[in-house]
Amino acid sequence: MELVTPGIGLLFWQTVTFLIVLFLLGKFAWKPIMSALNERETSIENALSAAEKAKLEMQALKADNEKLLAEARMERDKILKEASEAANSIVETSKQKANEEGARMIAQAREAIENEKRAAITEVKNMAASLSLEIAEQILKRELSDKTAQQTLAQDYIREVTLN
Amino acid sequence: MKRLFVLLFSFLTLTAFAEAPVEGGEFQPGDMITHHIADDYTWHFADGAVLYLPVILVDNGEFKVFSSHNFYDENHETVPYNGYALAHGHIARVDEAGESLEAHGGLYDFSITKNVASMFISVALLFVVFFLIAGRYKNNPKAAPRGIQSFFEPIIIFIRDEIAKANIGPKYERYMPYLLTVFFFIWFNNLLGLMPGGANLTGNIAVTLVLALITLLITVFSGNKSYWKHIFATPGVPTWLAPIMIPVELIGILTKPFSLMVRLFANITAGHIIILSLFSLIFIFRSIAVGPLSVAFATFMNFLELFVALLQAYIFTLLSAMYFGGAVEEHDHADEHH
Repeated sequence: MELVTPGIGLLFWQTVTFLIVLFLLGKFAWKPIMSALNERETSIENALSAAEKAKLEMQALKADNEKLLAEARMERDKILKEASEAANSIVETSKQKANEEGARMIAQAREAIENEKRAAITEVKNMAASLSLEIAEQILKRELSDKTAQQTLAQDYIREVTLN
Repeated sequence: MKRLFVLLFSFLTLTAFAEAPVEGGEFQPGDMITHHIADDYTWHFADGAVLYLPVILVDNGEFKVFSSHNFYDENHETVPYNGYALAHGHIARVDEAGESLEAHGGLYDFSITKNVASMFISVALLFVVFFLIAGRYKNNPKAAPRGIQSFFEPIIIFIRDEIAKANIGPKYERYMPYLLTVFFFIWFNNLLGLMPGGANLTGNIAVTLVLALITLLITVFSGNKSYWKHIFATPGVPTWLAPIMIPVELIGILTKPFSLMVRLFANITAGHIIILSLFSLIFIFRSIAVGPLSVAFATFMNFLELFVALLQAYIFTLLSAMYFGGAVEEHDHADEHH
């Protein structure tokens, strides 16, 4: 029974001491300890989340870079393609133009030749005519130098006329 | 190392038997053990090394302070002093002839007994340890813990996370100072009680009563609406059962701290009794051959008690946290559960 009978002295001292300990430790030990622990945990958490964020940002940046690179590559391909197309079309156009020009020049040349030819023929004809006339004149001059010949010719003409 | 332990325990036995009351030459283990686990006005460290603690009496409103040395003569026999004498471990009024008087009214004993002195030592230790640690935290809160700080930090975090947060919930912060204080108070005192010559403070019903009472008061004063509703109008219970339910619930409020009080007291006292009993075997058998066996068992028990010292501090703190948690818990869906 002695063992389970609380003594007033110890009850008193225990109550007083424990409350003082609770107060002093609460104020000067637990409060700074708990706040420091919380602070440290928050800072660690922040650091971790910041690292995670940085990692994500890096990844986003990398993805962005890759996208940019891909875009640039596509752009380059496009430009190259366009350039080659443009070059091709230029070549094509110039070829066509050259062809056309050639054809036109040939046609022109042909026409000129034709014209020249015609002119030449006309000239030749004229020349031949005048030459014939001259020859005829010469012949006539010589033929008609004597009277018989002139008569014969006149008779010939007349004959011919009557025949017509 | 082992030798050291043997030496340690033989020291413990020495102090035990230095003050063992031997009546008629016959060894009385019961008396020795009772004497050992009870409070005392002197502190025997070893034979000849006795600290006489101050006696503080309030006799009908009058303070009387004197050394307990006055109760002992040069042969270490108890003698009456100034109208008071030691009787069965207590101070009682005596008449001129040294006969104890029946009238005890108005005499209150506030002496600094062995338990109180031991408590002061533990408190000093608590202050030294935790103010030192707090200083470290204050000076550089973000630095990694070192030394004694790194020993206590996991324990503090364990109490916060596994005991307070897990059982109380979001309002845990309010109860942290009490939970930490009670945990370390009990643990330190349990360990001090295991020291050779140490006092059986946490195995004293007055100490556990005060601790349990504080837990009870905190529980009752932090009880919210749903806590009281569960006591006075338990949801889902028919109204006509209220005359039975309310007393049961009210008794329930008291049985929780009562169990706290008895558990700590009984566990620590039992540990002391077992270790002392094992040493008593040597003297009961009157044979030195029992010694090694006794010491071996006592060593084992002492290791067990080191564990129990921590376990009981943990259990007291855990259950206190659970009671606080029950008091502040919000029973939003209480009706659906019952």
